[in-house]
Amino acid sequence: MRAVDAIMECLKAEGVEVVFGLPGGANLPTYDAFVDSEIKHILVRHEAGGGHAAEGYAKATGKVGVAFGTSGPGATNLVTPIVDAMMDSVPVVFMTGQIRSDLLGTDGFQEADTIGITMPGVKHSFMVTDANDIPRTIHEAFYIARSGRPGPVVVDIPVDISRADIDYEPVMEVSLPGYQPNVEGNAKQIRQAAKALAAAKRPVLYVGGGVVLGDASEELRALAASDRFPVTSTLMGLGSFPSEGPQWLGMLGMHGTRAANYSMDQADLICAIGARFDDRITGKLDEFAPHAKFIHIDVDPAEISKNVPAHIPIVGDVKSILPHLTSEYRALGADSTRLDDWLAKIEGWKKEFPLTYTDTDDNEIRPQYMVEAVYEATGGNAIVCSDVGQHQMWTAQYYHFPEPRRWINSGGLGTMGFGLPAAMGAKIGCPDQDVVLIAGDGSIQMNMQELAACSQEGIDVKVLIMNNGCLGMVRQWQELFWEKRYSHVDMGDYPDFVKLAEAYGATGVRLTDKSTLVDDLRSAIATPGPVVVDVRVTEEENVYPMISPGMPARDMVG
Amino acid sequence: MMNAEGGTSETLSLDDLHASVGVRSGRKHVLSILVENKPGVLTRVAGLFTRRGFNIDTLAVGPTDDDAISRITLTVDGALHPIDQVTKQLHKLVNVIKIRDLEPGDSLARELALFKVTVDGPRRAEVMQICDIFRGKVVDVSKDSVIFEVTGTTEKITAFDEMLKPFGLVEMMRTGEIAIARGRDET
Repeated sequence: MRAVDAIMECLKAEGVEVVFGLPGGANLPTYDAFVDSEIKHILVRHEAGGGHAAEGYAKATGKVGVAFGTSGPGATNLVTPIVDAMMDSVPVVFMTGQIRSDLLGTDGFQEADTIGITMPGVKHSFMVTDANDIPRTIHEAFYIARSGRPGPVVVDIPVDISRADIDYEPVMEVSLPGYQPNVEGNAKQIRQAAKALAAAKRPVLYVGGGVVLGDASEELRALAASDRFPVTSTLMGLGSFPSEGPQWLGMLGMHGTRAANYSMDQADLICAIGARFDDRITGKLDEFAPHAKFIHIDVDPAEISKNVPAHIPIVGDVKSILPHLTSEYRALGADSTRLDDWLAKIEGWKKEFPLTYTDTDDNEIRPQYMVEAVYEATGGNAIVCSDVGQHQMWTAQYYHFPEPRRWINSGGLGTMGFGLPAAMGAKIGCPDQDVVLIAGDGSIQMNMQELAACSQEGIDVKVLIMNNGCLGMVRQWQELFWEKRYSHVDMGDYPDFVKLAEAYGATGVRLTDKSTLVDDLRSAIATPGPVVVDVRVTEEENVYPMISPGMPARDMVG
Repeated sequence: MMNAEGGTSETLSLDDLHASVGVRSGRKHVLSILVENKPGVLTRVAGLFTRRGFNIDTLAVGPTDDDAISRITLTVDGALHPIDQVTKQLHKLVNVIKIRDLEPGDSLARELALFKVTVDGPRRAEVMQICDIFRGKVVDVSKDSVIFEVTGTTEKITAFDEMLKPFGLVEMMRTGEIAIARGRDET
């Protein structure tokens, strides 16, 4: 069998439905195999678009995303999605073509050291040097990408290797002696954690993207319901706990709520679940949660005590640990009234410091209002993607996610241009759900070209551009921390997004009227095919509240 | 009082909880790492150290009795880096099979070094006497130079280096430490 046909067999065996990619010289043999394969291929217009689309697919479905690119520039264009997937623990297999084996190291045409360039940003990578290794390597790549703490895996195949014929036999199991990703949580530690929760008078459950990745939202809700534990979430964990109700504190961190950050600051016990104490969460590390002891549950042992020393570390899969913790806690029969004072204090913060903004009487659309309008127009039920910047933070604050895998954004790396391709991937993975992208006018231009793929393939994404005519988050920092010396943040009135949408074969709409915004958005979202909505919003609006960089969480401003 | 799971439910005081990890040991650590013998594995290990801001003090790589497995021995300063974070990050590398953090008392460490010194006349006898004290060997002699070979711990090699410096040390080559666990256990 041709090695490339074996690749298709392996992808099929892994349950791959779709590949996002772009052909080139070094992966011509693989692309020839697509002609006769049942696997759907989406032709992206830039490899980065393909990489982010694979991420969006993976984030929406929980399955492994797949992106293909050729050698040299094809592979280097994938570097941003690879690192993005690493930072957010997204399971994606990237398969790159490489120049002929005998030319390796000669600076051949379109040669780049793909393995070397991507090494610091991958969970693992493989360079295939023998065609017979292709099937086993592909299965190992998928296994590593999806197991343990998920992440990106690169498979680089020189073109002469993929041109070969091999004796293909389905691979049933992989052998990776140095890789044992699945750890059961230690029962003694879980019991200790339950006792600590029972002893705590001011506990907080601090949950992160690991709960979403580990499909442990139900288990988290059960733990929270075993008492009245307050819950806060990172940007990446939103949706794992319902964004309403007395136990919900809101998002924490730099643009989190005061209730969430003050609770962390005052807590005597913080139970971190699938979260990694990023600097955007802790603010000034020395003054982070000064009164708290920490339970830290994570599948990746290296996250334990990396930034904040854990008092009760539990390494393992959240989905199996949380039910144990819940039943251990219930068995202790803790007196729930011990939490009364704490919950009253939190309720006070929530009442005193709700998320709010100043709306205007005129017809100008405040960006926060736009998010509220999108929430209303979608009934709160869409898969919402975003790019990176102010619009991302406002969406996180004002779109109340009821379920996990409804909120798809680039958290760790903060990749502008992530949104449109990710929305494409999400829509392909979840064709029955509405997929909207709330984009910035800056970010959208970084992967705008994928509108062509959306139109060509009939991928029904609704692009809602929060257009303030500038790089809003940078403008905000220049205003607040650089004495309003605005440097290269003004993007003017370019491009004309409506015309651009039409040029790409999509529907373009411009909205400027606040009074009809919800209805206008509703009808735009109901329009078949890809739609671009250019919503003009207030330019000089800041994301608040805010922990200034390097400051402790209790000193929030705005 | 017994709880439903059959264990005791004696209460725990949060004040009694202590975080023990993340601290710096303050001593040198010799890490003996078994890795798959595959291209690029050393780059992954070295790259990890660079990326996480850890320093490698010495590094030695060699085969084992299994062709598919190599051993990397490296030394890290536990005063500068939290050693548990170093080993946990190393464990995440798919090609890393086993890591042993060798305790100085339970292991033997050796390094080999070659020293080239320019000496003649009476000073040559003097320097050869020093070599004897360090149980070194003369491995090459020319009209105005001598090459010594010394094995021992890093500290011994460094001490020999200090002794030779006044004699016109031309250059020195060191292999980096390798180490082995004492007793019957495998390293």
